[in-house]
Amino acid sequence: MGNEACAEGALAAGCEFAAGYPITPATEIANRLAVRLPQMDGVFLQMEDEISAMAVIIGASWTGKKVMTVTSGPGISLMSENIGFAVGVETPCVIVNVQRGAPTTGMPTVGVQGDVVQAKHGSQGDYQIIALCPSSPQEMFDYTITAFNYAEKYRTPVFILTDAFVGHMREEVVIPEAEAIERVFRKIPAPRTDPCTIKGFLDEDIAPMPIFGRGFKAHVTSSCHDETGKRNLIDLSSLDKFVRKLSNKILKHKEEITLVKRNYEGAEVVLVSYGPVARAAEAGARLSREAGLPAGTLRLITIWPFPDHEVEKMAKIAKKVIVLENNLGQLYPYIKSAAAPFAEVSFFPPRLIGQIQDPENIVRMIQEVLR
Amino acid sequence: MSGITHPLHRFIRPSVSSTTNCPGCGNGIIAQSILRAVDQLGMDLEDFVFVSGIGCAAWIPSPFFNADVLHSLHGRPIAYALGIKMGLPEKKVMVVSGDGDLAAIGGNHLIHNARRNVEMIVICVNNRIYGMTGGQAGPTTPPGVMTTTTPYGSFENPFDISCLVISAGASFVARWTTVQARELTRSIIKAIQKKGFAFIEVFSQCPVQYGRKSGLNGSVQMMEDFRQRSIRVKKAAGLTEAELNNKIVVGELVDIEKPEMMEEIERMKAKARERAQ
Repeated sequence: MGNEACAEGALAAGCEFAAGYPITPATEIANRLAVRLPQMDGVFLQMEDEISAMAVIIGASWTGKKVMTVTSGPGISLMSENIGFAVGVETPCVIVNVQRGAPTTGMPTVGVQGDVVQAKHGSQGDYQIIALCPSSPQEMFDYTITAFNYAEKYRTPVFILTDAFVGHMREEVVIPEAEAIERVFRKIPAPRTDPCTIKGFLDEDIAPMPIFGRGFKAHVTSSCHDETGKRNLIDLSSLDKFVRKLSNKILKHKEEITLVKRNYEGAEVVLVSYGPVARAAEAGARLSREAGLPAGTLRLITIWPFPDHEVEKMAKIAKKVIVLENNLGQLYPYIKSAAAPFAEVSFFPPRLIGQIQDPENIVRMIQEVLR
Repeated sequence: MSGITHPLHRFIRPSVSSTTNCPGCGNGIIAQSILRAVDQLGMDLEDFVFVSGIGCAAWIPSPFFNADVLHSLHGRPIAYALGIKMGLPEKKVMVVSGDGDLAAIGGNHLIHNARRNVEMIVICVNNRIYGMTGGQAGPTTPPGVMTTTTPYGSFENPFDISCLVISAGASFVARWTTVQARELTRSIIKAIQKKGFAFIEVFSQCPVQYGRKSGLNGSVQMMEDFRQRSIRVKKAAGLTEAELNNKIVVGELVDIEKPEMMEEIERMKAKARERAQ
């Protein structure tokens, strides 16, 4: 099951502490972590709410632990202020959102890509985030490891943005030998570094993290601060630096964070999608090619930071771009703004929200735009 | 002044040269009590991680204490502190925050971690008002007090925070006012050594907001009021509810031994390893 593969991916990445609050359709991840983490000297804590689940993992991350929380959209809404805190003080952590249907309590067992923009803009202020979209149980395993590695490397929260379809999907998952799995660890200052000389924040090439308990005497505040962590609530130039450096830390490394699957060589029509919808898009493109239609696909695995450079590259080759999402068009405006100067862009919504586009309907859509 | 330094000065972050507290604020007394307790135990600030929330009291450790300090979000310091304790069980984790932070927006984390009886020290500075935002009523504001959000007088019942934490299951609970600084220091020493959730409520004066709003005015008058209204817990035991009306019961209200969560977690892990084999 996708959710179980996600939990195993976390363990393979070296997750030592996780917390959450029960919510459908993410519970299987928490359930498995509760069984497996203590066997490996870790802990899963069920907290009093999602607010504290996010807070407690940030606290543990500041002691040097690799940490994760798992939830669904309503939980993300509650976590949002703390997610902003994690961004502001540059805390490595992984947040899994197994998306469910509609705003508010909606329909808990149906997968909808409804929280795509929330992942980027859920907390207040300008900031950047990393979000990865798996489309199979195998990718739930693989990209959860990638998420931990990105979190450590860039000292930032990383989203696994999946949904009930992928979370509850059952497929074969291959778990490699532990030695074959790449594990990244955050930089920390050298032991016994003079605390007064540590610049532990606001470096676009990622400052070493002055984690607690090592004598670094870190002052960690999410209020506007300088590279030493010292609070500054007066200078606008300090505020400007705080906001820009945090954003640039991610944007500067956008190309190495970006993961995509390109299959659009010689294609006139390119389907752009992500997550489970990409499976339908790939099937639709295959059927179209079999019918002699020049169709291809671009699948975004990294959706934040938005890989506009990849969309642009594709749009320069394609004549027509069709965006497919299982929502009313959340990433569509971003894709359109990157692709529109070079190609004609349209959106193909699901017939019913929560029902992934049928590959045969995708073929008909391709025929229509080629007409 | 050269050559003379305060004996607790070594605990202050070198980059800090001034305080942000208003004149007459009780924060300084409480900060000194904490640092004296650390000093009297022969401990170092490296043995601690301090966590605070948002509000005036949160500025007691942040940035002044030369230690690992996490200045967290409004209401959440206890939840952050739990995460820190999970990662550094050998360290003393101390939360310092106000009544609004801990008992209003953060009330859920307060009662649940008291219930868990996880080893940490929580110092709750109760000034009965929101000071930093300009004197709004809080869950501790007595009825009738006119604040900026209760211009016709507060019409809600206040919390007795210590009783709340006792009911939730903490193993150490004490209450003092800034007038009993020595007793407060002694209770902080006990709290630091306590294997369990140790909670200390400190009634503190906020002359700028609560003093003006309540008509008590200056810091000295407010502390005099604390002194007159304080009654030791032993003495209070023999009095009726009516006799205790308007009194502040001070002292160590609870000091018991009970299972502590970090130790329970170790037991749970042993069980998990056993089953996995």
